[in-house]
Amino acid sequence: MSKNIKHSFVEKRVGWLAVFMTLAISIGGLVEITPLLFQKQTNEPVIGLKPYTALEMEGRDIYIREGCNNCHSQMIRPFRSETERYGHYSLAGEHVWERPFLWGSKRTGPDLARVGGRYSDEWHYVHLMNPRDVVPESNMPAFPWLADNVLDGKLTAKKLEVFRSFGVPYTDEDIAGAQAAVAGKTEMEALIAYLQVLGTGLTQAK
Amino acid sequence: MSSFWSAWIIVLTLAFLVFIIWLLRWNMSNYTGIKEGELMDHEYDGIVEINNPMPKWWTILFWITIVWGFIYLALYPGLGNFKGLLGWSSSNQHVRSLDESRQATEEARAAGLIVEYDRQVDQAEEKFGPIFTALSQRPIEELAKDEEAVKIGQRLFIQNCAQCHGSNAMGGKGFPNLTDNDWLYGGSPEQIKHSIMEGRVGLMPPQSQFNDRQVTELAHYVMSLSGRKVDPELAKAGEANFIVCAACHGMDGKGNYALGAPNLTDNIWLYGGSQDAIEETIRNGRNGVMPAWKDILGEDKIHVISSYVYGLSQD
Repeated sequence: MSKNIKHSFVEKRVGWLAVFMTLAISIGGLVEITPLLFQKQTNEPVIGLKPYTALEMEGRDIYIREGCNNCHSQMIRPFRSETERYGHYSLAGEHVWERPFLWGSKRTGPDLARVGGRYSDEWHYVHLMNPRDVVPESNMPAFPWLADNVLDGKLTAKKLEVFRSFGVPYTDEDIAGAQAAVAGKTEMEALIAYLQVLGTGLTQAK
Repeated sequence: MSSFWSAWIIVLTLAFLVFIIWLLRWNMSNYTGIKEGELMDHEYDGIVEINNPMPKWWTILFWITIVWGFIYLALYPGLGNFKGLLGWSSSNQHVRSLDESRQATEEARAAGLIVEYDRQVDQAEEKFGPIFTALSQRPIEELAKDEEAVKIGQRLFIQNCAQCHGSNAMGGKGFPNLTDNDWLYGGSPEQIKHSIMEGRVGLMPPQSQFNDRQVTELAHYVMSLSGRKVDPELAKAGEANFIVCAACHGMDGKGNYALGAPNLTDNIWLYGGSQDAIEETIRNGRNGVMPAWKDILGEDKIHVISSYVYGLSQD
């Protein structure tokens, strides 16, 4: 074999091939992702953002458990066609405390990033019990068991603690009162509390 | 962005582009010492390689992407804090409140920068703004008879109001029918517009001071108000306790627009008119909320929707 055929170096050494491939692929990440981890824009909350209350936090977990994010996005893109319907486009500063974020990538149903305050609690209740009662054309499944399941709040304080370790400003009182705040509430109440606060950090800031 | 991260992005991006150029040139050169078209001296199981250059169409495409990369990085924001020669950005992502958002839009406009989202909004405003301004200056009663305005109002209604009031505006249990000329907060154009702009909160407190028998009596009295056949003895007994209800619904049960207290004499029932439903309402109370729309839709559009809603019960 001729020593001039330099590419045979990587063709015959799969370990080095992997190293070079990793290097090539990670350039994009190094340039586009790494700096974002250190930006003010992605780490500072918008002015009106409040941490989820204990009940809203439980509601968020139910939202995840029921897979709401499979059909509903929480990301209003900066297009007029979206903001006309949903309100101001989503900002990085609204999601700094979201772990994991629930932006989603598919809209079988409408975007929920700013659904807070848009409907009454009563509407959400009726709609979650059976969506067709208020929107006859809806193909959303019903979630009637949420009204029957009662929360005991045993893990709520722990959840808030975990989020505090991520940098969410929960106070000791928040955590101490977490279980009492959710115990006895239904999953329906928790989910509605969560939905009613979505997106309001920006739009209802005083 | 700090100058460190800005430099990080610029150096890595440009260095990688330069590296790619070098890599491409190096691979296009014949560094093997073997003439083009001749056998490379290695074979395996009878398979041999001929020293052919890379396809021309492929290398040309590669060069085009590199040139495009430089053009793009010069025109658009991509290199750290360099904003690009066009002054273009997709939206104001750095804002932290609605006020800051409005301010950023103004500042970008004053500086002659192109914010793509704001440009879309401005274009739409130019096209649709005058239409809504013109409509908003005409009285609601008049718009309700204008075919074009009704069409616009209906479209807006279906997009924003139909989720609760239904696409035919006939409502449902707990969500008022807007076509029957029976109003909780009044049906004048001004009252309708106010309901949409500011929202409404209707609260019927639970009447837990009454026992089951008293609730049944009250329900019978309430049903008798709209002329339905009831047990006269029960209704008579219920009348005595109706004084509590009269605080909101009035002695005659005709309701009160100021409180959103429904008229109980017209046999129109927001939460159902069966004896069971009425008893449930008395026992547990009701809480009806109409959200405020002024921040979402703005007054001009609400004016048009108001005219559509007003027109629904004017035939």
